[in-house]
Amino acid sequence: MNSYADYTTGAPVVDGTAPDGPVAERWDKRRFEAKLVNPANRRKHTVIVVGTGLAGGSAGATLAEQGYHVVQFCYQDSPRRAHSIAAQGGINAAKNYRNDGDSVHRLFYDTVKGGDFRARESNVHRLAQISVEIIDQCVAQGVPFAREYGGLLDTRSFGGVQVSRTFYARGQTGQQLLLGAYQALSRQIAAGNVEMHPRTEMLDLIVVDGRARGIVARDLITGRIDTYFADAVVLASGGYGNVFYLSTNAMNSNATAVWRAHRRGAYFANPCFTQIHPTCIPRTGDHQSKLTLMSESLRNDGRIWVPKAKGDTRPANGIPEDERDYYLERIYPSFGNLVPRDIASRAAKNVCDEGRGVGPGGQGVYLDFADAISRMGRAAVEAKYGNLFDMYQRITDEDPYEVPMRIYPAVHYTMGGLWVDYDLQTTVPGLFAIGEANFSDHGANRLGASALMQGLADGYFVLPATINDYLARNPRQDEVTGEHPVVQEVLAETQDRLNLLLSVDGDRTPDSFHREVGELMWEFCGMARTDAGLRKALSRIPQIREEFWRRIKVPGTGEEFNQSLEKANRVVDYLELAELMCLDALHRAESCGGHFREESQTPDGEAARHDEEFSYAAAWEFTGTGEAPALHKEDLVFEYVHPTQRSYA
Amino acid sequence: MKLTLRVWRQRAADADGAMSTYEVDDISPDMSFLEMLDTLNEELILRGEDPVAFDHDCREGICGACSLVINGDAHGPERTTTCQLHMRSFRDGDTIDVEPWRASAFPVIKDLVVDRTAFDRIIQAGGYVTAPTGAAPEAHATPVPKPDADFAFEHAECIGCGACVAACPNGAAMLFTSAKINHLNVLPQGAPERETRVLDMVAQMDEEGFGGCTLAGECATACPKGIPLVSITGMNKEWLRATRKVAKR
Repeated sequence: MNSYADYTTGAPVVDGTAPDGPVAERWDKRRFEAKLVNPANRRKHTVIVVGTGLAGGSAGATLAEQGYHVVQFCYQDSPRRAHSIAAQGGINAAKNYRNDGDSVHRLFYDTVKGGDFRARESNVHRLAQISVEIIDQCVAQGVPFAREYGGLLDTRSFGGVQVSRTFYARGQTGQQLLLGAYQALSRQIAAGNVEMHPRTEMLDLIVVDGRARGIVARDLITGRIDTYFADAVVLASGGYGNVFYLSTNAMNSNATAVWRAHRRGAYFANPCFTQIHPTCIPRTGDHQSKLTLMSESLRNDGRIWVPKAKGDTRPANGIPEDERDYYLERIYPSFGNLVPRDIASRAAKNVCDEGRGVGPGGQGVYLDFADAISRMGRAAVEAKYGNLFDMYQRITDEDPYEVPMRIYPAVHYTMGGLWVDYDLQTTVPGLFAIGEANFSDHGANRLGASALMQGLADGYFVLPATINDYLARNPRQDEVTGEHPVVQEVLAETQDRLNLLLSVDGDRTPDSFHREVGELMWEFCGMARTDAGLRKALSRIPQIREEFWRRIKVPGTGEEFNQSLEKANRVVDYLELAELMCLDALHRAESCGGHFREESQTPDGEAARHDEEFSYAAAWEFTGTGEAPALHKEDLVFEYVHPTQRSYA
Repeated sequence: MKLTLRVWRQRAADADGAMSTYEVDDISPDMSFLEMLDTLNEELILRGEDPVAFDHDCREGICGACSLVINGDAHGPERTTTCQLHMRSFRDGDTIDVEPWRASAFPVIKDLVVDRTAFDRIIQAGGYVTAPTGAAPEAHATPVPKPDADFAFEHAECIGCGACVAACPNGAAMLFTSAKINHLNVLPQGAPERETRVLDMVAQMDEEGFGGCTLAGECATACPKGIPLVSITGMNKEWLRATRKVAKR
C-alpha cells in the first residue's frame, strides 16, 4: 500500500447542466428544459435511495409521491433516527416575515460570501429561491415551528447574518423537520411505493456500462450480503466528519457509501473543506466517544470570553469584569459574538494556544449568560434555551444559569463531498448525491441553519425535478441481474474484504485504529493546517493502513449481527479518505473558509484567499488503490457576488 | 470506579439468553454509561470474546436508538436517555444489571438490541399529514394559536425510543401512539385526517401485540422527553370522538 501523496492534473470538469442567463431565472429555465417522465411510466422505474436523513427522507417520499418505485436503505433500526435529527438551531428561509430587509438575493449573497467564494452561484441562488417553499411544505406537514402569540411563525437571527431569517422549533429543529420527512416517507411505505430496508448498510456501488445500476448492501441483523438494482441511485448518506474520530456526528455516521462510490468513478470534491463548530462541550478525557454540540443560537445572547491573564485559574465568577477579554466583541465589533463559525472557532483556538483557555487542559472558553439573565430574566432565557442548558448540565454537572458554560470547537460538518453538477448528478451517470453527501452549496464554509435548508431543498425539490431528465433520457436500460459478471465481481470484492477483516485476528480493535487516524487528522488537518504538518500526516496514514491490515482484530463471523465488523469496515474507508483530505488540504495553498493554512494569512491573522490561483472546486478522481489521484478543476465564475476578502471587523 | 456488570447475553433472536457477569475497572464518573460499555467491549474484543451488542447512535439524547434497562429501570435511574446517563449516578463498587427492553412486541435481536419496527408501522398507519411535496399553501395562510403550537411541539418531542413500552407492566404503546396523535390532531393541518388517524393508529397498535393500558403511569415516568400521562387521556378522547363521529356517518 503506497502513499498517494502525489497527484496528477486531469482535464477540467465542467458542469454541463447549469443553465445560463440571469441567475434568478436559471432554476426555472432548467426545470423547463429538463425532460419529464410520463406519470404512467414512472412506476416502471426503480430508484435506490441510500440514507433517510433530511435529504434522503424527503427525496424518497417525494419520488414515491411522483410515482417512482423507491427502494430505500438506512443502517439505523428506523428511518426516523438519521443524524439530521440532532440539528438544533434552525432552518434559514428568505421569507422576510420580519420586514428587516431580507430577500432571496440577500440569502444568496450571504451564502456565497459566507462560503468564502468557493461555491457555485447558480446552485446557491437556487437554494435561496427554494428556501421559502421548504417552510410552506414543512408547515403543511404539521412541523411545530415556534410561533408568536398572533399565531404566526417566529424567526431569529443566526450565526453570521444580520437578518432574522431562521425558523426554529425550540432547540430541536432538525428533529421536527426530520420527523416531518419521516412521516411523509412512512405514508409512502404504507402505500407500497417505498420498499424500506432498515438496518441495511450499503457497502458498494454497482456500475454497469458506465451507469450506476445498483448497490451491494449488508443486512446488519443476519449479515447477508445482497444486491439491489435500479435505474438510478441516490446517495443521501451524509458527511464524513467521523474521519476525525471525535466529532459531533452520530457514532455510526460513516463515509463508506460516498467513498465506495468515489472508488467506482465518482469524483470527490473539496474533501479538505470541513467545518469546526465553535460551540461544543469540551472533552473530559480519553474515554470520550463523541462530542456534543450546543446550538450556536446560544451566541445570540451568550457572551464569549477568557481571562485576560494567562494561566488564570480562578473560578469564572471570581474574575472581575475588567480582567475578562470578550475577544470576539473586541476583535469584530460589528458582528461580535455572531461572527461565522470558522472565525469563532479559530479565535477560540488562538486564545487557548496563548494559554488563556479555561477548564481541564485549558481547552475551553466561557460562554456567559449572566448579562442575558439580568437583561431578559431567567424565565425568558429558560424559554429560549432551556433544553440546551439542561443538556449542558447533564453532561458537565455544572449549572449554566449560575456559572458560565465552557465551550470548545469540534468537527461538525463537511462541506466537501461527491462532486455533482447542477442536476446533483455525480460523474457516474445515474448516480446522484444530495444533502451533506455532495459538495454543492456551501463552498468552503457553511452558514448556520443552512444544512437543514440544503438537505430539504435537494430532497423535496431539486432532485425530484432533475432526476426526471436522466430517467427520461434513459427510458429503457438493459435489465441487470445477479448473474452479470460486473455484479459478481463487486459482490466478490465486498465478501473478500469482510472475510479478510475477520481472518487477520490481530491484536488491535477497530476503535483503536479509528482513534489513531482521527487524532492525526485533528492535529494536522484540523483547525489550522501547514505544509509540513500535512506532509507528516500523508506519510503516516499509509503506515497506519498497513498496520491495520496486519493487526486488526474482529471477533465473531460475517453471518450474524456483528457491530465490530461494521465498525472495522468503516475504518477501512476512513483510512483512505483521510489521505485524500490531507492531499487536498496540501494542494490548496491558500486559506479559505474552514480551510486555514497558516502560511496564508493577512497581516492581522485572518484567512488570506488566493483567488487568482484557487478560485475552483477541486474534484478528485480515483485512479486505483495506491495510485496518485487525478485533480480535475471546476473553475468558479462570480457574476453577481464579487469576491472580496471576507471582513467581519 | 470499579463496577460489577450483569449483562443480558443472547446470541440471536432464537437463542436462549442469560445474564453474564463482568468486572470493569478505572471507570471515570464523567463517562457516559455507553462509554463505560465501550470500555468493556474493547476489553472483550482483545480477549477474543464477543462484545456486548447494543443500539446507540447520536449519543446526545435525540435519535432514540439507545435502549437499555438498567437496574430494572428503562434508561436507568435518571430521567434521560441511556446515552445521557453518566457514571456519576453510580457509586464505586456497585453491581449494575443491564438488560434489553422487555416487551413481546419488541423481540430481542441480539444481547441488548431489540426490534422496534412495530413503532414504524404505527406511524405508517396514520401518523402523518397527507401533504404531497409542492402542494403546500403559504406558511402564514393558517395561523396557529401559540398554545396549540406549543402543545403540538411538546408531544412531537417523542424520540420513539420505546422506554414507555419497556417500563409498562403491560407492554403497552399508548404513550408513544398518543404523543403522535396529540401532536397532529391539535393542528389545523392535521384536522382533515383527525378521525382516521386515531382509529387506524390505535388499531395498528393493537395488532402489533402491545398490551392494554391500566393507567399504571410507568410510561410517563420513564419517558426521557417528559411526554405527560394525560397524553393518553387525550388519545382516548380523540378515539371516542372519532368512533362516534364515524358511527353517525
